[in-house]
Amino acid sequence: MSDVVIRAEGLGKKYLIGHQSNERYTALRDVLARTAKGLVRSARDMIRGRQLIQGDEVEEFWALKDVNFDVRRGDVVGIIGRNGAGKSTLLKILSRITEPSAGRVEIKGRVASLLEVGTGFHPELTGRENIFLNGAILGMSRAEIKRKFDEIVAFAEVEKFLDTPVKHYSSGMYVRLAFAVAAHLEPEILVVDEVLAVGDAEFQKKCLGKMGEVAGQGRTVLFVSHNMAAVRRLCRRAILLSRSRVFKDGGTEDIIAHYFDIMDREGSASQDEIEKRIAGFPPDPNCRLIRVQLRQEGKPPARVESAKPLEVVFEYEILQETVGFHAFFRLFDNEDSMLFESIDFAEEVEVPSVARGSYRSTAIIPANLLGARRYEIALGVAIAHKRYCTPELIRIPFDVELTGKINQCLPGYVSPGKLLPSIDWRMEQRPQS
Amino acid sequence: MSTLFSKTSSANAEKAATPVDAPAASGTIAKESERLIVLAPGRAERNYWSDLWRYRELFAILAWRDVAVRYKQTAIGMGWALIRPFVAMVVFTIIFGRLAGLPTEGDAPYPIMVFAGMLPWFLFSSILSDASGSLIGNANLISKVYFPRLVIPAAAAVVALTDFLVNLLMLAALMIWYGFLPGWRVLLLPAFVLLAIMASLGPALWITALNVKYRDFRYIIPFIVQFGVYVSPVGFSSSVIPENWRFFYSLNPVVGVIDGFRWCLLAGESRIYLPGFLASLCVVALFLWHGVRYFRATERTFADMV
Repeated sequence: MSDVVIRAEGLGKKYLIGHQSNERYTALRDVLARTAKGLVRSARDMIRGRQLIQGDEVEEFWALKDVNFDVRRGDVVGIIGRNGAGKSTLLKILSRITEPSAGRVEIKGRVASLLEVGTGFHPELTGRENIFLNGAILGMSRAEIKRKFDEIVAFAEVEKFLDTPVKHYSSGMYVRLAFAVAAHLEPEILVVDEVLAVGDAEFQKKCLGKMGEVAGQGRTVLFVSHNMAAVRRLCRRAILLSRSRVFKDGGTEDIIAHYFDIMDREGSASQDEIEKRIAGFPPDPNCRLIRVQLRQEGKPPARVESAKPLEVVFEYEILQETVGFHAFFRLFDNEDSMLFESIDFAEEVEVPSVARGSYRSTAIIPANLLGARRYEIALGVAIAHKRYCTPELIRIPFDVELTGKINQCLPGYVSPGKLLPSIDWRMEQRPQS
Repeated sequence: MSTLFSKTSSANAEKAATPVDAPAASGTIAKESERLIVLAPGRAERNYWSDLWRYRELFAILAWRDVAVRYKQTAIGMGWALIRPFVAMVVFTIIFGRLAGLPTEGDAPYPIMVFAGMLPWFLFSSILSDASGSLIGNANLISKVYFPRLVIPAAAAVVALTDFLVNLLMLAALMIWYGFLPGWRVLLLPAFVLLAIMASLGPALWITALNVKYRDFRYIIPFIVQFGVYVSPVGFSSSVIPENWRFFYSLNPVVGVIDGFRWCLLAGESRIYLPGFLASLCVVALFLWHGVRYFRATERTFADMV
């Protein structure tokens, strides 16, 4: 049973990043214009006897480089790494969505990839129709879907709404139905991206349970996640990617230790690096993120003080009026479990629409909430019910130093717990009876 | 690069619960389809066509989705499929038949002659425009799931085919109205429908693939459609073309298709111009070959570009 089902040898994926064009797609006229410009330049350089440089506006970027590993039948492997380490690219290659630029992978058996739930759902079609559609997209045969249909419906708890177009579904129902279809896939190799990051806690638990079940059936699972608790629970083995390469491959505990190590080491990304990363994001038709920053009292803090409010600042440009556009952030502790999420329009009556223009959104995390420990904040911009406008969330780690009144009478005492909110305490003397 | 990191692991990671037990050896793993897939750069998919066959159910369901959505979303959807060719027929009959006084083929009524030419033309033009936008329209699928990308434009072509069937019923109604009977050749119509589909898929695939890379390529489609309807013998019979130009005229692949349709539908009245028809066939085959080849060569990079 321990034969190799996936073997990657010298795997690499190269992307070309155009520096001048900020467009996601190219237009023929641009290419023609650029080619003409390039020709003129080359001709000039040739006449002057200088070296010809081809396409100095294009930079190569290796999202994966020289990646080698084997996965045996029945392995459940966690793939972890910081954002931009190459995890998603690896999954895309393994699920055949994109082809590698170097090296090769051999895969034995049927692969199903789950890079998002509800791929291909059509709002105009009914729940029943979408089950068949989504099932077929994920690679199930019609007979297979028919056989599992009742199970899927029961899992999703949508019996009553089977013949209602899914555009009338609540978002919870929608996600449940989508996951139910995916959960009933029976491939030999399952490739899962962070689909577990969606939905509420209960739903995430259900997903994890189902994943554990799949793993228990002797199928091969590759699981990409930021959720170390989930990786620990599901995987015996993990592969840590760092800077497009396999940094370490081995037992889960060991690898997770290395992961936190790297997080610590690379954690303090400077503002420059963050902005450079944002600039390297593929352009989005609706929104151009310009900068994100943490500030205290209007300027980036050298150290974050717990007694002062922490401002989370987003600067972006809306390129066309967008319904449901929002900035949001998630706060994680140093073990990568999420403490909370906050969305800018969360308290509006209905999903607002944002008009074209330049904006700055500031969220204020109140003073006296965070404890003296390391946190990581993940920031993003997205369109509700549609997509994220950045390929990944921008994660900024920061350490909080305890200032202010909390525990001032207990020098040296470190409060346990992930947050240290200022709580209103009252003590009064009860009248003696 | 990796030397930047120290090899020591920090001991502060908490020791946590043991992972789930290693899966027991089980016999549940399906033995079928134990084929080896090799992914490597530029590697031509060896079993491309058999892979396409495997995904026939996906093709069927995507085609069904496109048709269902089209007829669900607009009550006018159906009406649109009826009104457009009808109006075009009336206009062409008046302009070419009455004002210009062009001859029909044999003694088939002019409107029937026009309609028989319009059927394949609308099939051609809607496949061209539906297919070319289909990959962009399904970008979310392409970037999340693997399947042979050919499935998507092919499914889009099925929508055009349903509209075509509606139009065919209109032609039948028109023939009844005029009391015009097609001969036995009508039985060969399916072959020419197939030819029409192939004639449209060739350029459609080519433009579809180009459209992913160069988004402004789609502007070429309305141009082809607007211009093509006058260049092709839609509103008139191709017999009005002077004899010594006829061969060159037939290099337009649509000419062969339209002539074929009229040959089928207009009883014994229409005669096919054989050298021209064969030339059209060759052009169709060339376009199809090139279209499929170009599409296959580029489809593996679609996910990086959409």
